[in-house]
Amino acid sequence: MHDKTLTELAAALAAGEFSSRELTESLLARIDRLDGELNSFITVTADAALEAADRADRARAAGKAGPLTGLPLALKDIFCTQGVRTSCGSRMLDNFVSPYDATVVEKLAAAGTVSLGKTNMDEFAMGSSNENSHYGPVKNPWDLAAVPGGSSGGSAAAVAAGLVPAALGTDTGGSIRQPAAFCGITGLKPTYGRVSRYGMVAYASSLDQGGPMARTAEDCALLLGAIAGHDLRDSTSVARGVPDYREELEASLSGLKIGLPREYFGDGLAPEVEAAVREAIAVYESLGASVREVSLPHTELAIPAYYVIAPAEASSNLSRYDGVRFGHRCENPTDLVDLYKRSRAEGFGEEVKRRILIGTHTLSEGFFDAYYKKAQQVRRLIRQDFLDAFEDVDVLMGPASPTPAFDLGAKKDPVSMYLQDIYTIAINLAGIPGLSVPAGFVDGRPVGLQILGPHFAESRLLNVAHRFQQATDWHRRQPAFGKENA
Amino acid sequence: MQWEAVIGLEVHVQLATQSKIFSGASTAFGAEPNTQACAVDLGLPGVLPVLNEGAVAMAVRFGLGINAEIPETSVFDRKNYFYPDLPKGYQTSQMYQPIVGPGEVEITLDDGSTKRIRVHHAHLEEDAGKSLHEDFHGMTGIDLNRAGTPLLEIVSEPDLRSAREAAAYLKAIHAIVTYLGISDGNMAEGSMRCDVNVSVRPKGQETLGTRAEIKNVNSFRFVEKAIAFEIERQVELIEDGGTVVQETRLYDPEADETRSMRTKEEANDYRYFPCPDLLPVVLDQAYVDHLRETLPELPADKRARFQDELGLSAYDASVLASSRAMAEYFETVRDVCGDAKLAANWVQVELAGRLNKEGLDIADSPVTAEQLGGLVARVKDETINGKAAKQVFAALWDGEGDSADAIIEARGLKQVTDTGAIEAMIDQVIADSPVQVAQYREAAPEKRGKMIGYFVGQVMKASRGTANPQQVNALLKDKLDNA
Repeated sequence: MHDKTLTELAAALAAGEFSSRELTESLLARIDRLDGELNSFITVTADAALEAADRADRARAAGKAGPLTGLPLALKDIFCTQGVRTSCGSRMLDNFVSPYDATVVEKLAAAGTVSLGKTNMDEFAMGSSNENSHYGPVKNPWDLAAVPGGSSGGSAAAVAAGLVPAALGTDTGGSIRQPAAFCGITGLKPTYGRVSRYGMVAYASSLDQGGPMARTAEDCALLLGAIAGHDLRDSTSVARGVPDYREELEASLSGLKIGLPREYFGDGLAPEVEAAVREAIAVYESLGASVREVSLPHTELAIPAYYVIAPAEASSNLSRYDGVRFGHRCENPTDLVDLYKRSRAEGFGEEVKRRILIGTHTLSEGFFDAYYKKAQQVRRLIRQDFLDAFEDVDVLMGPASPTPAFDLGAKKDPVSMYLQDIYTIAINLAGIPGLSVPAGFVDGRPVGLQILGPHFAESRLLNVAHRFQQATDWHRRQPAFGKENA
Repeated sequence: MQWEAVIGLEVHVQLATQSKIFSGASTAFGAEPNTQACAVDLGLPGVLPVLNEGAVAMAVRFGLGINAEIPETSVFDRKNYFYPDLPKGYQTSQMYQPIVGPGEVEITLDDGSTKRIRVHHAHLEEDAGKSLHEDFHGMTGIDLNRAGTPLLEIVSEPDLRSAREAAAYLKAIHAIVTYLGISDGNMAEGSMRCDVNVSVRPKGQETLGTRAEIKNVNSFRFVEKAIAFEIERQVELIEDGGTVVQETRLYDPEADETRSMRTKEEANDYRYFPCPDLLPVVLDQAYVDHLRETLPELPADKRARFQDELGLSAYDASVLASSRAMAEYFETVRDVCGDAKLAANWVQVELAGRLNKEGLDIADSPVTAEQLGGLVARVKDETINGKAAKQVFAALWDGEGDSADAIIEARGLKQVTDTGAIEAMIDQVIADSPVQVAQYREAAPEKRGKMIGYFVGQVMKASRGTANPQQVNALLKDKLDNA
């Protein structure tokens, strides 16, 4: 069962080949066997999962099953889940049991899905390798010496290893697309405002967006339909109808205009990754698409702008972790300042502290105009670059990451880690949707093709990805890890 | 040297919305600690604010009420600082693009003249919670019921020149917000608090002196006293060769003094930036126009109308227009009795005196405006005399009758103007007072004026206060002098 896609599982459940309980038990057993090594889950909610599976089976027996009823999945541990620890990968929230559900968690439960648990992540979604987790690094199922990418590394690794057919991730600068690429799965970052952020622990509010991670674009379409939509509790969610994202999956790509941003194929891109991406683009040409080079002239400013805006917002968003009401509190504080200082010093990891310091600095009197305001100006230019490009082409394509997954412990310098996100980060600044699909391997490690579209063009992106997956089988490949035990 | 004080006020008005500015939790006062704080107010991980439209409407109404510019777009910013009763570690406020632009407020000075005070802007923000220092065995308790309560912060230009003017300004703001019904204006419950900026300079000097800010003063009286103290402190300091430092001070009402809290060097850098969780507020013209059309008549307009149309004095008009409750009460009395001056007199003297004595607000008056109007009508048409009217008022106050007419009827207080009946009573009094009559008639004419009072009193007593005093006087004089 563990090698089936979400869509295949839905069909099997509907056909009565097995029950949701059987499926859930089988995956829980697999998690039990394999995740000790992989470390993709922070919390497995086996009892709640089995109860939900039973409910789903009863609903199906009563003829009340929907398209997602009984389907298992996992949630990045950034989504608040009532009665379950929501750690955000941080010691700070190790003791935090959320008293409420995030909107997307509510929606998925209402759709009858079965959550198996909460997946590992970089602390507060800050990182590109999942090495910044209080709960230890996650390994890449394709190569246990490699990182799974981050920050949604646990979700990506769990799907790749067949522990769960799909998972939710979040993406602030590439945190869905880069781990999806590193783990050989499909991951979609929707348009900013498409999916409610209510109950999603905030890192950088103007950039954060939740989205689906699964084996196929078809599965992402199914899941996106369940989580997208306007939410009165999130003012930045957009009041716009949610289409059935599966409807246009089969549309022909004949006449599709693909743009290749010149800046995404320059220095720093590993030649083997470029070769894989160019091969994927050749597949599109064979499907009737035309390809042209375009320019996103402000690309090189994306990382500097991001590392002003995101830390600025983070420094404010993370102020609530003060040891007063919830989360980590130091032992025997001598006074209020001591309580703040030690609770935060003990509760936050290095990278989180680094970004809080950067953000606090850039917002400070005398620096605000030079950093924050300037970065916002750059952000508008970057957005305009994309809008201009989409005047001429339907989608943009390029690598999701300059290299395949690197080794655990390989990147010690924060800036070299930040440069990992060179192709993904501008997309969050522009607010447009982006998706990564498996497009080959380099030395046994997956390569991801990134596909970008205009705001709210999710249906088109999923269609473009789906047609590729009908023409290729990269997304069907499975790692050796877990096979001998299957 | 002659000194001049320069004063500006930042008035925080708690808006009378049912729910908080960014959450659905109730804003009712006095609940058990932390029972009116939801996930959003607690600043739990993942929660998001949603702006309360009611707070926006109230802020705009205030802006329209002071003839302020209402910008099309306003933006919420985060003011970042750590404090235990500030759950998110930032206060959501409006730093750069407030909802209300420049406007002005008219204040009435002691001599009845008016002065216009410019308002720099007014912005929306959320209140913090409260730290409780009692009963926790050396620990501090946090009550977040108040966290997220909508506040409108009204920032004046430094146009005020004395403690009296500052108090008058605060009263004017109080009148406007209560007229508009956007705040209950209850200062004891913290619905209006203010920060005061005070500096002094030699009279005639253009440049401003260094200012001190006095935080969180919460009554008209304390504002006046705190400023008076602060002006004196600064003047003495300078005259003794010292310099005023820019600092934040606290007013201690018990000691009646201000004390230093923190200096400029210790001031926070609040790291304001636009709140990414809230969209800019964009007001379309139709919305603003609708709010403008539904504004009630405001104190300054009422004051002018009371003077121009009702012929009241500047002083009377200003007192009666000072609060919406007072103005409405007065206008009802006047409508019922048909005489603005009599109505003004009764509301300000008899009613206000009694309310003041009992420590009651006009809203809690046991005598309704309709009842008082009915009473004044009987004074006007001379059904009762002034003395009887006071009795009727007391009876109404004590709930001894539903209307003035019923009390007049029940107690037989109708004024007696029948000459024959009055003459009969006079004859009886003269017959019963031979000694006094003899004394009167022996007295020199210029002393008789005083002595007649005795007889008037007796006749009024005999009539149980109902005889027309002028008639009694005239008839008595005639009978005593011409016997």
